[in-house]
Amino acid sequence: MLGALIIVFREVIEAGLIVGIVMAATRGVVGRGRWITIGIGGGVLGASFVAMFAGVISEAFQGAGQELFNASILGAAVLMLMWHNAWMARHGREIADEMRRVGTAVSEGAKPLTALAIVVGLAVLREGSEVVLFLYGIMASGTSGSALLVGGLLGIAAGAAFTALTYYGLLAIPNRYIFSVTSWLIALLAAGMAAQAVQFLNNAGLVVALDRTVWDTSWLLSEGTIIGRLMHTLIGYTERPTEMQLMVYIATLFAMFLLMRVARYSPRQRVPAAAE
Amino acid sequence: MRVVLIAFGIVGLLTVGAATARADDYVLTIKEHRFTPAEIKVPANQRVMITVVNEDATPEEFESSPMKVEKVIAGKSKGVVRIGPLKPGRYPFIGEYNEATAKGVVVAE
Repeated sequence: MLGALIIVFREVIEAGLIVGIVMAATRGVVGRGRWITIGIGGGVLGASFVAMFAGVISEAFQGAGQELFNASILGAAVLMLMWHNAWMARHGREIADEMRRVGTAVSEGAKPLTALAIVVGLAVLREGSEVVLFLYGIMASGTSGSALLVGGLLGIAAGAAFTALTYYGLLAIPNRYIFSVTSWLIALLAAGMAAQAVQFLNNAGLVVALDRTVWDTSWLLSEGTIIGRLMHTLIGYTERPTEMQLMVYIATLFAMFLLMRVARYSPRQRVPAAAE
Repeated sequence: MRVVLIAFGIVGLLTVGAATARADDYVLTIKEHRFTPAEIKVPANQRVMITVVNEDATPEEFESSPMKVEKVIAGKSKGVVRIGPLKPGRYPFIGEYNEATAKGVVVAE
C-alpha cells in the first residue's frame, strides 16, 4: 500500500507544483477558480483518454508516438507560459496596485487565465495518464488490489495537499513581490519543460544533434529522489543534461525575458503613466 | 474532406512505419514484473535502440533518469526506446509501476 501511495504521490506532486504556482500567479484575478477547475477537469479527462489509448499512441510514428506526444504537450505548455508572462509583464503592476487599493480580486485577468488553464490541463494530463495507467494495472492484476488502490487514492490526496502547501507557501509572499516571484518561477518552469521536450524529440530519434552529456551531478542530487524530481519539475534540474538540453534551456529563458521586456515597454503602457 | 485526407495520411504513415521497422539487436522482456535479461550490454558512445516487450497484461513504465528515458509500455505490447550515446558505465533502469521487482541495468562498454 505504501509503495502505491509513493508512486502516485510522486506523479501527482509534479503536476501539483505547476498547479500551485499557476494559482499563486493568478492571485486576485476574478474567475480563476473556475478556469483552474476547468483545467484540472479537462486534464483528468484527457489523462483517461491518453491512458486508454497508450498502446495506440506508443505505436504511432514508427514507435515514437509517445515521445512526440509528450514533446508536443510540453512545447504547448511552454508557449502558454510565455504568453502568460508577457501578459503579466504588461498588466501585472496594474493588478497588484488594484489589489492593494481595494484589497479584493480584480477582473482584468481574463486573458492569461485561458493560457494558464491550458497549462494546468496539460500538466494534469501528462502526469495523470501515468497515474491512471498505474491504478489500472493494480485493478487488472487483482491480487491484493484493494489495499494498493487505497494506497493510490491516498497518494492522490497527499499530492493535492502538497499542491495546497505550495500555493499557501507562495501566498506568504507580499503582494508587491508576488508577481515577480511567480514570473521567475514560471520562466524556470518553462525552460525546464523546453529542455525536457527536446530530450523527448531526441528519444523519438528526431533531434539527435548535440547529444553529448555536459555534466553528471547524479552524485550530488539524483533525479530518482523526491527532491530531485521536484527540482526537475520546478527548475528543470537534469542530472546529466545534453548540450542540446542546456542550449534550449538557456534559449528559452532568454526568449522569455526578451518577450517580457518588450511587453513591459509598450507605448500603450507609457501613455497613461505620463499623463498622471 | 481535409480531415479524411489527414486521417488517411496518418494511417499511411503508420503502415509505412510498421513495414519499415527493422529488427532490433536489443530486446528486453517484461514478464511477471521482471526484466529479462536484467543486464544488457550495449556499445558505448553510439545511439542504441532497445525494444521493450511487455508480456504482462498490465502496463509498465520503463524509466531511467541516467539514460534520460521514460516510456509507458502498454500491457501485451512493445515499445522502442532510443538511448545514447552513453559513456562507458552502468546505467540502471526500472519499471516504475513495479519498482520492487522490475529493475535492470544497461552496461555501456
